[in-house]
Amino acid sequence: MSAFSSSARRQFLNRFAGAVGGAALLSLGVGLYARQAFALPAQALRPPGALAERDFLATCVRCGLCVRGCPYDTLKLAELGQTVATGTPYFDARKIPCEMCEDIPCVKACPTGALDRQLTDIGKSRMGLAVLVDHESCLNFLGLRCDVCYRVCPVIDKAISLENIHNPRSDRHAMLLPTVHSEYCTGCGKCEKSCVLPEAAIKVYPLKLAKGRLPEHYRKGWEEKAKHGGSLIGEQIELPVRGREDKALQQKAPLDSGWKP
Amino acid sequence: METMNSGSKTHVLPVGGSPAPTVDVAQRFRAKWLLLRRLSQLGILGLFLIGPWFGIWIVKGNLSSSLTLDVLPLTDPLLVLQSMAAGHLPYRDAIVGAAIVVGAYLLIGGRVFCSWVCPLNIVTDGAAALRRKLGIKGGRAPAATTRYWLLLGLLAACFATGSIVWEFVNPVSMLHRGLIFGIGTAWLVVFGIFTYDFLIASRGWCGHLCPMGALYGLLGRTALLRVAAAKRSACNDCLDCFAICPEPQVIRPALKGSGTPLIIDANCTNCGRCIDVCTLDVFCFTNRLSNRFSS
Repeated sequence: MSAFSSSARRQFLNRFAGAVGGAALLSLGVGLYARQAFALPAQALRPPGALAERDFLATCVRCGLCVRGCPYDTLKLAELGQTVATGTPYFDARKIPCEMCEDIPCVKACPTGALDRQLTDIGKSRMGLAVLVDHESCLNFLGLRCDVCYRVCPVIDKAISLENIHNPRSDRHAMLLPTVHSEYCTGCGKCEKSCVLPEAAIKVYPLKLAKGRLPEHYRKGWEEKAKHGGSLIGEQIELPVRGREDKALQQKAPLDSGWKP
Repeated sequence: METMNSGSKTHVLPVGGSPAPTVDVAQRFRAKWLLLRRLSQLGILGLFLIGPWFGIWIVKGNLSSSLTLDVLPLTDPLLVLQSMAAGHLPYRDAIVGAAIVVGAYLLIGGRVFCSWVCPLNIVTDGAAALRRKLGIKGGRAPAATTRYWLLLGLLAACFATGSIVWEFVNPVSMLHRGLIFGIGTAWLVVFGIFTYDFLIASRGWCGHLCPMGALYGLLGRTALLRVAAAKRSACNDCLDCFAICPEPQVIRPALKGSGTPLIIDANCTNCGRCIDVCTLDVFCFTNRLSNRFSS
């Protein structure tokens, strides 16, 4: 072979290797960057019906049609520089919460299925879960009757209830503690939006952050008992507690602080 | 493509010997197609913007996926491909939208997207124009085939990570989406592309790297709408068309070859700049079935 053809071949191979290598390097970089960007910040909530985050990022084309479908300006597309994956829809409950439209226009608008059209009942959406994060500053925990988060909840008395508890500080009042029930909370964020404190004591977090999980094998005795219609292990002997023999089997006396109005 | 590249560098053509143009040639408007292209690009962008700006909803969404007059879905085929590579079959809306886009570009030339729709084209054209004006030569551009490998590589990355990876960095959709929905720091990415094209690689982004353009190029291989060097015998080798063309390697076979005068290279973006700048009106738009030019 002539010197020319070998140098031409070398040049061709160089260019070829450059093109393939450069492209592979770029793809690798982009892939790694994308992996890193999978983490969703706690304050960013996905629209109703959003697939689990990994699947969402495989399906959402970032077109913003859900944003256009939202009548309340709740949804935004993340801009580059924000911590949410750029261009994907999210909302910040403290700014504008989800109004839980019955016809769910954002889900209808999604062309790809990143928002799942199997969600037809907005009450079944799980955008996140409200968590009363700050027991130290929540006014109800301080013994006041704020109740705002409870009052604004679209699923009042189911998603948030007020649990009546004795106030040990004054020892003569009740505390009505806002308590969230994950079975009903949709994560719409109206509670977080309307918390009267300068920084909300109740916040909506993505389910992954907000929920714990019992181990698979765990059974609740009282539930099993109710299901079975009686004790599963038969009658048990009530043993006295050592040192408290006189109190063990006594009826509890009603609470009386001695306070009279 | 490799041989074309090296060919255009080594081939010596007489420069500066163009004859004085005749009077009627001089009077012709020299930026007709450029102006039409800018009108098309800005018009399409405008259709997206009058919704959020003035509440006139003709088109919703962005170039990634849109809905026109609440009936016509259009979706970027590269996004559907990526989503499928990541292991998800999108809803029918997106598939139909992508099919319509693919069908249209199969007919009029895939890279018509690049020169008539893409908003980033205005930026890279600007960089190229500034480069020409300041007489900046040289620089280092990657091989023009890099874009195809990048297309392949990013689809592999989609498969490996199970996510639509290109959208994390795609400057085209970032710019378009940003103009409509809020741009954040994506300006810096656009500025980066401008700087890259201006100072480092001539036509580096659109001509060598952009995988969107690569896919549209592959789509446009059989397109009907073509530019032809119809009057190539009148060519006086002034090189104006080569200087202005964003993909100069596509001109040579049609203008200087002995085969068809149609520019059949899939990377011709049908921008029409060669038609604009040629003082001898060598080029014109035509369709590839036309047999006006027997050669």
